[in-house]
Amino acid sequence: MTAATTEAPAEALRPTPSPEPGEEPISPNLPLTPSQLEAFGEEMDAIRQRIIASLGEEDAAYIRKVVKAQRAFEVAGRALFYLPPAWPLAVASLSISKIIDNMEIGHNVMHGQYDWMGDPGLNSRMFEWDNVCPSEQWKYSHNYIHHTFTNIVGKDRDIGYGILRMDPDQKWHPYYLGNPVYAFLLMIFFEWGVAMHDLEVENIVAGKRKISENAALHRGIMRKVKRQALKDYLLFPALTGPLAPLTLAGNATANLVRNIWAFNIIFCGHFPAGVASFSMEESEDESRGQWYLRQLLGSANITGSPLFHVMSGNLSHQIEHHLFPDLPARRYPEIADEVREICERYGLQYNTGPLHRQLLSVAKKICRYALPDDVAEVPGVSLVQRLLGRRKPAPVAVVPDAA
Amino acid sequence: MSLTSALLRSRAVAALASPHGVDRYLELVNPMWAAREVRARVVDVRRETDGEHPVATITLQPTSTWRGHRAGQYVQVGIEVPGARRTTRCFTISSAASAPGERFTLTVRAHAEGLVSRFLVEQAQPGFLVHLSQAQGDFCLDESPATPTNNHLLFITGGSGVTPAMSMVRTLLRDGYDGHAGRKVTFLHYARGPEDQIFADELAEIAAADNGVRVVLRHESAGDPLFSAIDLAREVPNFREVDTWVCGPAGLMERVETAYDGSPRLRLERFKPPVVTAGTAEGDVVFSRSGEQAPNSGASLLEQAEAAGLRPEFGCRMGICFSCTARKSEGTVRNVLTGEESSLPDEEVRICVSAPVGDCVVDL
Repeated sequence: MTAATTEAPAEALRPTPSPEPGEEPISPNLPLTPSQLEAFGEEMDAIRQRIIASLGEEDAAYIRKVVKAQRAFEVAGRALFYLPPAWPLAVASLSISKIIDNMEIGHNVMHGQYDWMGDPGLNSRMFEWDNVCPSEQWKYSHNYIHHTFTNIVGKDRDIGYGILRMDPDQKWHPYYLGNPVYAFLLMIFFEWGVAMHDLEVENIVAGKRKISENAALHRGIMRKVKRQALKDYLLFPALTGPLAPLTLAGNATANLVRNIWAFNIIFCGHFPAGVASFSMEESEDESRGQWYLRQLLGSANITGSPLFHVMSGNLSHQIEHHLFPDLPARRYPEIADEVREICERYGLQYNTGPLHRQLLSVAKKICRYALPDDVAEVPGVSLVQRLLGRRKPAPVAVVPDAA
Repeated sequence: MSLTSALLRSRAVAALASPHGVDRYLELVNPMWAAREVRARVVDVRRETDGEHPVATITLQPTSTWRGHRAGQYVQVGIEVPGARRTTRCFTISSAASAPGERFTLTVRAHAEGLVSRFLVEQAQPGFLVHLSQAQGDFCLDESPATPTNNHLLFITGGSGVTPAMSMVRTLLRDGYDGHAGRKVTFLHYARGPEDQIFADELAEIAAADNGVRVVLRHESAGDPLFSAIDLAREVPNFREVDTWVCGPAGLMERVETAYDGSPRLRLERFKPPVVTAGTAEGDVVFSRSGEQAPNSGASLLEQAEAAGLRPEFGCRMGICFSCTARKSEGTVRNVLTGEESSLPDEEVRICVSAPVGDCVVDL
């Protein structure tokens, strides 16, 4: 039995319902009326049902092939450290292994995308990834907090990860002048940032959380950190004897490469210009249709080749991932065609672009929100301006919408 | 334990293979290599009976990680059924007690609803790979066959419930029990008819041999009596004082239980078949860990648990985060998102999007 590639049924091309008389869109951010949302939600549900009904051997064969490739890259990487001239190759191999392990396998398996297979090795409850963040904690902060409350300012802790200002609704503070520096450091130490994410350090600083609440989390992180450090920084280097320093440096580099890559892909998911954020009031008692709409408008895709999609864990299809987080990621490209068509009919924005453009857009945002909405609030700026003889600063251009 | 397997199970190798574990690498090289997990290859499939629900004996060569089994134990068998879904069921081991890494057999009846049993009986070929647990269960011969006592042993079985008793008798006979030690064995088996009789030839041989094992076969189609205390008393007058093992259909088990009237010598092995219900929101929901029970309101298991005063863990409440996953031990649930119904026993379900259909038991 094979899982046939699914084709959009003809009925998906039904006309978009116009608002019923007297109906208003939910908010400027959520430009559909309740009756439109209901139809929109049903169309999304229909896609979901069709994909679920067609899950089968092709999906299983795919993820097993990816796992096999990842393990092969890992073993090759570890082995090539015995050949000093092959050091760059070893690092490349191990970096690829860690990227695939964390993204196309780890992230997706821990979303439960392959739970239907009943294979303990690919089960969201059992899987542990090659990363210092314990899977148990990640699943809570990512699968639950981030995926349920996507882009709701004050609820989704992935908006700036508690250290960056990525949204005008986050109140400015002189601390945020360091936004670009913090972002750079977060990129370099990304796996550590992800591991510490659940400790909610910013809430402890703000007095909203007690340090004692972190005791159990802390133990879990330390256990995982020890295991990761033991193999990457002690055992595997020791096994290469006199080459140990080279191996250690290589392992650290592979972890760094993975950090940089993952950071860049993930930051393109919700932060490019034009991605909407939402208030808690807007999202109260939302319908299923509105939940879908928020996921759609709160996410952005990256265009690229099939290989690029695999290496990004298909997070390049962030929109489809947020609409259907527990469907196997390899299905996102086929789903994307339909989602785009639905967006066109409902007049909704579908945010996508090549990596360089999305990255530039994110970088601009990081720099822009380092500053307050009115630049004169920055300590010292008004003084400088006065000295230069300019009484009123020109407002900083608001980040333009992505095309 | 060989040096290789000792090494593979060492903490050092586990640390190197962290976080995935050694087995995740070994299986990619050869599925029969394992450090902890147990798998097996089918080496032989032999038909025992034909008909609507045929029975076959499947011989398995397990990985070296198999720790062996005691006669009467069962094993969980997971196979990938078409559609790439691994499905796991329990089957009693029918061969004599096995040593670590040794071959053993399962004797399986193909049930109409049984995905795994049908596959094993009708489609499995030599070379097919199955996933196993270690042997489990206490429905065992608790005395060592090597040091016979003069205890009388009584086995009462029906249909495919013959397998654990067969494993015990085979173990006794293999390990030198010959009936001259003063211990009697009575083997009472109920089958629909001679054509449905599993192990017919071997039982005939055992019956004919001079070994102290008395084999009594009752065939319904030949007009033999159903189980009754009177009938049993004819074979074993003091049966309530005899160590007895019973395994078979629910009706037989009930009658035996009544006949033994609470005697501590009776040991029962029950199987839990999937219960397929009509598909209405009737029945009761039982939360087995807390002991709560309530009429099924048709709402999700999570809501019903909360209505019953429980506080199960949850996250998104919409089926995406898997925080609320719990074990449904019995009954049918419908996935409210997909409409898909599932009746598998001991299944992990997301309780926020699973509504019970009829009676249902959840470990909460």
